[in-house]
Amino acid sequence: MLKDITLGQYFPGDTIVHRLDARTKIICLIAYIAALFTAKTWLGYALALAALVTVSALSRIKPAALLRGLKPLWFIVIFTGAVNALYGTGEPLAEFWIFKITESGILQGIRMMLRIMLLVCGTFLLTYTTSPLNLTDAIESLLSPLKRLHAPVHEVAMMMSIALRFIPTLIEETDRIISAQKARGAAFDTGKLTERARALLPLLVPLFVSAFRRADELATAMECRCYHGGEGRTRMKTPRLAPRDGWAMALGALLVLAAAALRRAGI
Amino acid sequence: MPTPPIIQVEGLSHVYSRGTPFEKTALENVSLSVEAGALVGVIGHTGSGKSTFVQHLDGLLIPTAGRVLIGGEDIAASKDALRRARFRVGLVFQYPEYQLFEETVYKDISFGPRNMGLSEDDIDARVREAAGFVGVGEELFSQSPIDLSGGQKRRVAIAGVMAMRPEVLVLDEPTAGLDPRGREQLLANVLDYRAATGATVLLVTHSMDEIARIATRLVVFSEGRLAMDGTPEQVFSRAAELRGMGLAVPKATEIALELKSLGIAVPDGIYTIDRLREALLRLERGSGDA
Repeated sequence: MLKDITLGQYFPGDTIVHRLDARTKIICLIAYIAALFTAKTWLGYALALAALVTVSALSRIKPAALLRGLKPLWFIVIFTGAVNALYGTGEPLAEFWIFKITESGILQGIRMMLRIMLLVCGTFLLTYTTSPLNLTDAIESLLSPLKRLHAPVHEVAMMMSIALRFIPTLIEETDRIISAQKARGAAFDTGKLTERARALLPLLVPLFVSAFRRADELATAMECRCYHGGEGRTRMKTPRLAPRDGWAMALGALLVLAAAALRRAGI
Repeated sequence: MPTPPIIQVEGLSHVYSRGTPFEKTALENVSLSVEAGALVGVIGHTGSGKSTFVQHLDGLLIPTAGRVLIGGEDIAASKDALRRARFRVGLVFQYPEYQLFEETVYKDISFGPRNMGLSEDDIDARVREAAGFVGVGEELFSQSPIDLSGGQKRRVAIAGVMAMRPEVLVLDEPTAGLDPRGREQLLANVLDYRAATGATVLLVTHSMDEIARIATRLVVFSEGRLAMDGTPEQVFSRAAELRGMGLAVPKATEIALELKSLGIAVPDGIYTIDRLREALLRLERGSGDA
């Protein structure tokens, strides 16, 4: 059941999207999100959708994989749509108790649902095509100006990369413990809510014990390799921006401008 | 009517992460049946599918194709069948000590029997019996499992499975990471359990010397397929093939093969130190007579 979690999963590949510098991809994602929030009309959404489809086609990520990422969020998506549908203005189509549903409300609801889905899919596209290591390096690099303000940028990036690194390990560990307890007759998927909550105990206790053990081992291993924080640390591979990164960023900027222009023109 | 074999596996295949770029076939068309009371050694290189195979016996993995019958009953037939199979087949995972969770050793061992819905008296009897099999004394019952030594933890975890008194006991590399004496002891515990309950035992292992001494039958997995199946004598006589799969043969077999390559007439099918000694003594006597 835990195999369905796609958070932070990376699909290795060798397409133009995979080869882009991670920093470029983050900046382009920010541009995409900005365009998405600028969009007010259907044409604006169509523009964002076109950008998403183009990039996912270029990266050869199957649409099914992108949609799978939405699975844990369907409740939020539908809830947002429903709430927005209730808060429209104009002639009510139907009315009950204190609620009234209007055409503009429904349209607004659909747009909101679209916005969330496009937002999530775009973000997934980044994590699908960028290895976690590159991603945290890029974040560290993009945030490095904050070092002047004594913000612990390196430490935060290190924590992120360790956390990302251990997600699959902990999922695997969780799977293993679930299996082991199931083999002893534990029922995780049946029973009442209180029983199910109690049934989590055989899972959570060993998981915490092993997470702390791993953290301890990792800390020791890092200290044995003389890790002492970011001060004066250099990299084996310094990422460099290629011409294609310039083009990608230009396209990202164009996307924002186009979205702004559409909003201005109101079409 | 003859009793059906305790384990019947028919055309079992398993594919992990189907429909993703990580798709991997772990088992392909494995068919196998095991008579009650056998002690089967399951051997294979890392990634050969043996762990995937044993998890199917307990219904923890659902076959992509094929079926698994325990005592003649298809375990995937219904939820009840699955639950029954979980109690009939006791599976001990690799490094089982990491699954301990209760406040005391006693409570942890009683987790399985309690899930079976037994009465308190029965549970108590089961816990004491299981602790006896693995040599965990009563003075440890009230301790927290976290405070035990590594070897003790493992024995408590195995007792937790034995306490369900399964007809089939499956152990996935139970001796990994133990010192030689700990290994000996643990294997003796498993043999005690088998002798007392008449259970069928499947032992996944990398240690050929260990398994050669105790197994009545060996099954060899290679790249998700059942590559060999027979008595230890039959399997270890195919040393070259085993080596081709990245597997070792017992030390005794290695020595016998080495001697044979030097032109000394040792018989085939030697896989324990005792047999090797016998054969060498016979040779010596033979040459003395001549």
